[in-house]
Amino acid sequence: MHFEEQEYSKRFDLETFKRLLVFAKPYKKEIIVLIIQMVLLALVDAVFPKLNQYAIDLFAVNHSLDGFWIYCLIALGLVVFQAANVRLMILNAGKVENSIPYDIRKAAFNKLQELSIAYCDRTPVGWIMARLTSDVKRLGVTLSWHLVDFFWSIFLIVIMTVMMLITHVGYALLVLSVVPFLVIISMIFQKIILHNFRKARRLNSQITAGFNEGITGAKTIKSLSIEGHMLNEFKDLTSEMKNFTVKAATISSIYTPIILFLGSIATGLVLWKSGAQIGENAISYGTIVVFSSYAVQFFEPVKQFARVFTELQYTQASAERVVTLLDTENDIVDSPEVTERFGQMFDSNREEWPKFVGDIEFRNVTFRYKEGGNILENFNLKIKAGETIALVGETGSGKTTIVNLACRFYEPTEGSILIDGLDYRERPLLWVYSNIGYVLQEPHLFSGTVKENIAYGRQNATMEDIIEAAKIVNAHDFIMNLEKGYDTEVGERGSRLSTGQKQLISFARAILSDPGMFVLDEATSSVDTETEHLIQDALHKALAGRTSFIIAHRLSTIRSADRILVIDKGRIIEEGNHKQLIRKKGYYYRLYTNQLIEEQGKMAFEA
Amino acid sequence: MKKFRLLMQYLHGSGRTYIFAIISVLLMTVFSALSPLIIKFTVDSVIGDNPVDLPFGFDRLIEQIGGIESIRSNLWVIFVVIVAITVLQGTFMFLKGKLSAVAAQTSSKRMRDRLYNHLMRLPFDYHVKAQTGDIIQRCTSDIETVQNFVERQSVDAIQIIFQVIIVLSIMIPISLKYTLISIVLIPIVFVITVRFFINMMKIFIQTDEAEGVMSAALQENLTGVRVVKAFGAQKFEIEKFDEKNDKYRKLNLKIVKLMADFWGGTDLICMLQHALVLIVGTYWATQDIISIGTIIAFSIYAGMMVWPLRGLGQMMGFMGQAFVSLGRISEILDSQPEDYHKGLKDIPIQGEIVFDDVYFEYEKGKPVLDGISFRIEKGSTVAILGATGSGKSSLVHLLFRLYDYQKGHITIDGVELSDISREWIRKNIGIVLQEPFLFSRSIYENIRIGDDVKDEEKVYEAARIASIHDSIEEFESGYKTIVGERGVTLSGGQRQRIAIARTVAKDVPILIFDDSLSAVDTETDSQIRQALKERSKDTTTIIISHRITTLAEADKILVIDKGKIAEEGSHEELISRNGIYKRIWEIQSSLGEDIA
Repeated sequence: MHFEEQEYSKRFDLETFKRLLVFAKPYKKEIIVLIIQMVLLALVDAVFPKLNQYAIDLFAVNHSLDGFWIYCLIALGLVVFQAANVRLMILNAGKVENSIPYDIRKAAFNKLQELSIAYCDRTPVGWIMARLTSDVKRLGVTLSWHLVDFFWSIFLIVIMTVMMLITHVGYALLVLSVVPFLVIISMIFQKIILHNFRKARRLNSQITAGFNEGITGAKTIKSLSIEGHMLNEFKDLTSEMKNFTVKAATISSIYTPIILFLGSIATGLVLWKSGAQIGENAISYGTIVVFSSYAVQFFEPVKQFARVFTELQYTQASAERVVTLLDTENDIVDSPEVTERFGQMFDSNREEWPKFVGDIEFRNVTFRYKEGGNILENFNLKIKAGETIALVGETGSGKTTIVNLACRFYEPTEGSILIDGLDYRERPLLWVYSNIGYVLQEPHLFSGTVKENIAYGRQNATMEDIIEAAKIVNAHDFIMNLEKGYDTEVGERGSRLSTGQKQLISFARAILSDPGMFVLDEATSSVDTETEHLIQDALHKALAGRTSFIIAHRLSTIRSADRILVIDKGRIIEEGNHKQLIRKKGYYYRLYTNQLIEEQGKMAFEA
Repeated sequence: MKKFRLLMQYLHGSGRTYIFAIISVLLMTVFSALSPLIIKFTVDSVIGDNPVDLPFGFDRLIEQIGGIESIRSNLWVIFVVIVAITVLQGTFMFLKGKLSAVAAQTSSKRMRDRLYNHLMRLPFDYHVKAQTGDIIQRCTSDIETVQNFVERQSVDAIQIIFQVIIVLSIMIPISLKYTLISIVLIPIVFVITVRFFINMMKIFIQTDEAEGVMSAALQENLTGVRVVKAFGAQKFEIEKFDEKNDKYRKLNLKIVKLMADFWGGTDLICMLQHALVLIVGTYWATQDIISIGTIIAFSIYAGMMVWPLRGLGQMMGFMGQAFVSLGRISEILDSQPEDYHKGLKDIPIQGEIVFDDVYFEYEKGKPVLDGISFRIEKGSTVAILGATGSGKSSLVHLLFRLYDYQKGHITIDGVELSDISREWIRKNIGIVLQEPFLFSRSIYENIRIGDDVKDEEKVYEAARIASIHDSIEEFESGYKTIVGERGVTLSGGQRQRIAIARTVAKDVPILIFDDSLSAVDTETDSQIRQALKERSKDTTTIIISHRITTLAEADKILVIDKGKIAEEGSHEELISRNGIYKRIWEIQSSLGEDIA
């Protein structure tokens, strides 16, 4: 998969649009009504100049008021009808505009919940965000307002043409003679204008990135004393932006004058020819009025048509990207046999679930990511229920992969992983997931209250359960000291709490969900000594009686593990408990002494 | 009035272009108002037989060229006049578009540069306390809001007002009564529109917020995907997201409903105005009160006022925004930058540093450095050890003139630090920060950054000293590898070593490592220090570290505790005393026996 932003699609792909029409289907009625409304709107728009014609020809020229009041009623009736139609059209289009993105977002979000961790790991969050925000919005706009503009402009052009031909063939041809130029010029300009607009947006985001770098890197810039250099680089960027936008504005400023010029030729021709003919009664005053209005009115629908046409190319690109997301194959799913026995993925029948004991076995496991070589090869490992395993090794050694496989975030490429003696692919996914307690090194909290975060894994937990879990991990005291206790908002991703506090809450969350297996990706970041003690204590309580994997950094954690695995290039190079490994004086010994030097250096002051 | 001054400040330097843009608008409007008159003249006097009654002396002009008869026999003249007027109108329309873009874009460019420059020059303290997101928003979307206002809204507003004046001055002499009929409903539309959009601001903001909440929920879900899965909380997440998704949709639908009523309602009034012109005009024409040409011209003129004035109302509803944005921008510009150039420069710096009873506090009454005195010989290596919050980083900040000390003296080669310009100090002291920030460009550019390093070989040499040269060569694109957000992900140690190379490349007499060697392993740490010594014996080096092996090799060690110097001396001297340093050394050196 590639994440390069393809700006717009050159070819029009009917298949992609058909796929999207699925989303338009629930609004079939609205869309059909919308099209009918556009026919009526265009019709009345085209009729208005005719009203002028009748007023002049029937009453003003003849100095007669015969039927004038009926005429007035009709005119007012049309006005009211048109306004009412505009109101209903906006309601209708607005409903479609906002409902379709809602539906797509909902479907895509559901899809994302099913998709494997592998997908989320290889897809940048920003890419997905852009699909569900700007692309989806664009689809909504296209299926409503672009549709509106498209039908309105087409109908209006057709109706006006017909009206003119009915009114007077000769003059109709005069006015229509400029239309091809109008269309060609509009197509060219609208394309340039829209492309320039997009390019300006891109330049603009570069400027934003420039500001961002200047602000987040301010300390470094000062430390290197390169303010002048940075400013010059930034100035290059703003100059490029300025030159481009001025050029773009110059080009688009030519467009309307050219169109007006074409319109004036048509109007001028009508006046010129009519002046000669009116004496011969070949044309009426009203006709002149109609044609001079039409000559001007033609401009708007042609412009709209050209614009929508260009916009569609961008929508096509958005559609392709959204469809890519929606059509992503899920690589980790429940097998049909599992679904048959336990039900659909998110509605798994929990009563049927077996008990989770916690024996885990890697049997001849080979694993590789979609691209690249094997990370694990013929990996074997047996863990007894309740055992605590510490994984030690350098970045990229494969320890995270082992944990990911154990949690079934990924599945083995070859070989199998057994939980309680049975290949975990023969169990429901949700059963595995529901039995994992997971604490990340950068604890991830969700916006909401402390209470909601602790209850995350068990929505039906009572307040007593929550407080009990918090007490077990020593989080209760600091929570009670927060402004609103358990009802305190933690901020976006827990931003209002310290790292240590976040860790304690994530321990409470894990304990409350009472998992059969516990995974800890331990932090390297230091918290103050006191919190450190609280966390260690919480950790021991969380691990008690559960099969646990720890990607360990803290010595005390490593030391207390039942078994330490030193991983290098996907292999276990040393294995045993702390004492055994220290005696070996191998890799672990070196690692341990280095680490100890660091930790002691920091702690000496606090002793 | 203050707001107006801000706007002038924004336009400063583009004022003349902007005025030419306004003049173009005026001329364009004049010509666009003439076309309907020509139609009226043609219909009434050329085709019909009403006497010529054109304003502005045009009637006399026609007399001079041979009266109405000569036009009747040369009808092409009307065609030429109509096209010519339109060409003139178009020319000024083009100029208006181009000039207003030049004025607005030039102003914005200048304002962006100024903001960027100002942000670079703001004191360190500002950046420590600032909210990055908020500042960036001021620098980007607020600038855009003001730019739009200058380039489009203000020019359009002037155009509309002027158009209304011209059109009215043409209409009134023709028929005052008819003019009044033609504008009677316009004030209603205008007032409704202004009020509507002012009220809408609130719900627009609410909707933006709802979208923000929804996006945040999505982002949290995606970044926390492991947590979501590990707790089997997918169903809960789906419901949570749906609630936010739905709230956003409902707010949008509320806007749609209000908009439908507004556009439908005002369309009705505007079209009624048109109908009124037509009906009353026609009625009066049957009574011979006005001519047919007048009906046609007034119909067009009414259209030239009704719709634009509704647009003006919409602009006025939004206008407050531009001024709010201007205010937010000027808040940044009003904060005091540090004086970068004031003080001595171009004095030779050898590297002898003396702290004499230095006192410093961030907040009143909470001293961070409380009477610190020590001396660093030129060319020596000094190591500083201290707990978090002991004041060791503040000490470095002072030396770098990121903050100014309140009492005591700091001298470099005998010159008081506060007398030397910040520019000169920072050009002569190299510092490697604890958390290095790399710029999103190539590794080469990152090391070379600035204009001081011209020689390519210098870059490689610096990379070798920082023990990163070989790793860089192993990358697919070598030194051309792009780092940062859009480039490769480097490990903490690699980032740190590139930052070291970057500072080393500057080739300065004083080098400071602010706990920046701890991200690399002990061996590399020692290699880097060795290479530095080999390159130059005259460089004064200050190293902040916890690593005993690093500390032990320094010429002098300073142990800082609670803002004071707790111990000072060489490794040998310090282990002969019974202090913190000895305690740490004992713990670390006895490790071998202890753990076995």
